Amino acid sequence: MSSHDNTHQEVEGAPHASFREYMIGFGLSVILTLIPFWLVMGEVIDHRGLTIFIVVIFGIAQMLVHMVYFLHLNATSEDGWNIISLAFTVMLVAIAVAGSVWVMYNLDNNMMPSMQDVMNTLPLNSN
Amino acid sequence: MSNNYETIYADDRWSPLFGKLSWDVIPFHEPILIATFLAVIIGGIALVAFITHKKAWGYLWTEWLTSIDHKKIGIMYMVLGLVMMIRGFADALLMRAHQSMTSSGGEGFLTPHHYDQIFTAHGVIMIFFVAMPFVTGLMNYVTPLQIGARDVAFPFLNNFSFWMTVGGAILVNVSLFIGEFGQTGWLAYPPLSGIQFSPSVGVDYYIWALQVAGIGTTLSGINLLVTIVKMRAPGMTYMKLPVFTWTSLATNALIVASFPVLTAVLALLTLDRYLGTHFFTNDLGGNAMLYINLIWIWGHPEVYILILPLFGVFSEVVATHCRKQIFGYDSMVYAIVVIMILSYVVWLHHFFTMGSGAGVNAFFGITTMIISIPTGAKIFNWLFTMYKGRITYELPMMWTIAFIITFVIGGMTGVLLAVPPADFVLHNSLFLIAHFHNVIIGGVVFGVFAGINFWFPKAFGYRLDSFWGKVSFWGWVIGFYVAFMPLYVLGLMGVTRRLSQFPDTTLSGYFNTAAIGSVFITIGIIAFFIQLYVSYQTRDELRDDNGDTWNGDGRTLEWSTSSPPPQYNFAFTPRVHTFDTWWDMKKHGYQRPTDGFNAIHMPKNTGAGIIIAMLCTIMGFALVWQIWWLSALSFVTVIIASIIHTFNYDRDYYIPVEEVDAIETKRTEQLAKGGIA
Repeated sequence: MSSHDNTHQEVEGAPHASFREYMIGFGLSVILTLIPFWLVMGEVIDHRGLTIFIVVIFGIAQMLVHMVYFLHLNATSEDGWNIISLAFTVMLVAIAVAGSVWVMYNLDNNMMPSMQDVMNTLPLNSN
Repeated sequence: MSNNYETIYADDRWSPLFGKLSWDVIPFHEPILIATFLAVIIGGIALVAFITHKKAWGYLWTEWLTSIDHKKIGIMYMVLGLVMMIRGFADALLMRAHQSMTSSGGEGFLTPHHYDQIFTAHGVIMIFFVAMPFVTGLMNYVTPLQIGARDVAFPFLNNFSFWMTVGGAILVNVSLFIGEFGQTGWLAYPPLSGIQFSPSVGVDYYIWALQVAGIGTTLSGINLLVTIVKMRAPGMTYMKLPVFTWTSLATNALIVASFPVLTAVLALLTLDRYLGTHFFTNDLGGNAMLYINLIWIWGHPEVYILILPLFGVFSEVVATHCRKQIFGYDSMVYAIVVIMILSYVVWLHHFFTMGSGAGVNAFFGITTMIISIPTGAKIFNWLFTMYKGRITYELPMMWTIAFIITFVIGGMTGVLLAVPPADFVLHNSLFLIAHFHNVIIGGVVFGVFAGINFWFPKAFGYRLDSFWGKVSFWGWVIGFYVAFMPLYVLGLMGVTRRLSQFPDTTLSGYFNTAAIGSVFITIGIIAFFIQLYVSYQTRDELRDDNGDTWNGDGRTLEWSTSSPPPQYNFAFTPRVHTFDTWWDMKKHGYQRPTDGFNAIHMPKNTGAGIIIAMLCTIMGFALVWQIWWLSALSFVTVIIASIIHTFNYDRDYYIPVEEVDAIETKRTEQLAKGGIA
């Protein structure tokens, strides 16, 4: 509340965005939402894993659109602090996600096969 | 059990009005709890009567509970930490006494069910409601002063964060008398913490206490982070920040980045328990190990959240009490940043035995060993600062030296545990317990006492009594070694943690020694409270008129203010030209301005923080007992109260020039009395 007269650093705040930028952002968000919906609902691609992969890519693109057009993130705003904290966040999320996948996958490989897995390999149980 | 929620509703103890609450859940059968409960009630009535007698309710409400002054909030955090330390330490004493009795074949006085709750509560309380409030309290008090700011970036949020932390603490304490606490250990691993093996409310208390307090911690992390980034005095670039502020910056970055993981993983556990999902149960493809993986992604940064600010405290104490600039400032800063990042790539060392392959274990073992390098660099920096310094053995310095010795031992046993094959032997043993108490008591607790002794004069205007301070110091240091060195031995002999009794009676000597150690620590804690009391009684002799308490050796900006500082901290915002600003100002013959003051723009107190936080606490309680109408009602009220608060435009005011003038004139007179200006 008293932040403006306590702000001693002469930094440029986030630039005020125009109506046009918001509309571009909105349009992109809608497109990026509709395509994954269409992919899933219309069962466009046969391969399930590939569909999930594409949806995730669209999700990441969606996040980027939000950050650029709604949160007005760019390399110079707030004295470069925004981009530094973004890089830090991306790094930590990458570590957490990639690390967890690696750890859990490795664990899974070392586990005894469950009864279900064993049953699935038996010729009797072909359904 | 595929439909857990059905069994909950099928439970005939559930009623729409009171949820699972009934007279049966009050532990009348536990004489220890009933005695404690009566003592708490009598003590509570006495406290209420005392406050009423002193007619202090209004004062308490307007000056403290609703205060948005970062200094008062900092002090309240410390009070919360001290109160909860008594609770957590009482748990520790019960465990030590019980183990000592059972180690020679006796039965002890605790049932296994009760014992399990005690070690769980001890861990949860000591980490979340003792160490965290202490650390947050120190950062809250000192950081704005060190960067020359008048308050934090979001003063209301600061008050709200504090009361959310209190709300979590209240829930943990309520569990003592209504229902029970978890019996799962402090991280509540599933499947034990799942509904199948923990069907009672214990784990629910755990979940909601941590969720409520976690919101407070995350918000206070954001607040302090923004404060340091945006509100530094002009000229204070990052490489001119005091070391404590640097550690505070790193810690709050860690809080903001890691606490959401805790919130998410607890939310998933909540879904498992309340709605019958299977994230962490073996049914339907869930995996309990995923919980352990995720909670340690939060948990390991958390231990650095706790220790980093104390590294900052030691840096300030060493530089001040050796009358030397901190050795290797740059390397100190880089070490902090490296620790901040590396703390995210070591989490698996908490579960080497989970079953990952050699590649995974080797990777995390090596990263764990690497993280000891920047920590070691810091130890050398403190030692080199002391080298050829003019050391004054005041209490903060004594705690620092005890820290350096103790922490190095703890660090070495930590590196030992980082070797996966060794960990397979020592995992879950008392060796591990000894190791982390060695670093948490030796690092965090010693650091907190160093910080309290160091900054208490700043906060209250008089020093702490040094005799009782030394009694407290020796009680803690001797007590720590006597209590925890035997645990290393016991762990090597194969005694596992969380056992209420161990069948091999030949080891009872070690358990008894540990119990004696806990008596020494008790003396240390009691002596600390006597120290506070005696200091208050003799405050006129211990008065600090100068503000630069430690023989005028202060180096950072907080020592340029009066003790206690005026509510606006600085009448004029200081300009910073170099690191160790106040030292530099004194060297260049700084003259304190005595006129030309302006009105000062300050935020106003508000009761919204405590009201919303207490509503959240009620919601937590209602969710624990599944009183759905009350949960919904308190949730809606929280939203309404928050919206009403946003319409409160009467948030700030100006301290008139006359008042600033009067305060500063008084300060000038005080300085004339106190000698050196």
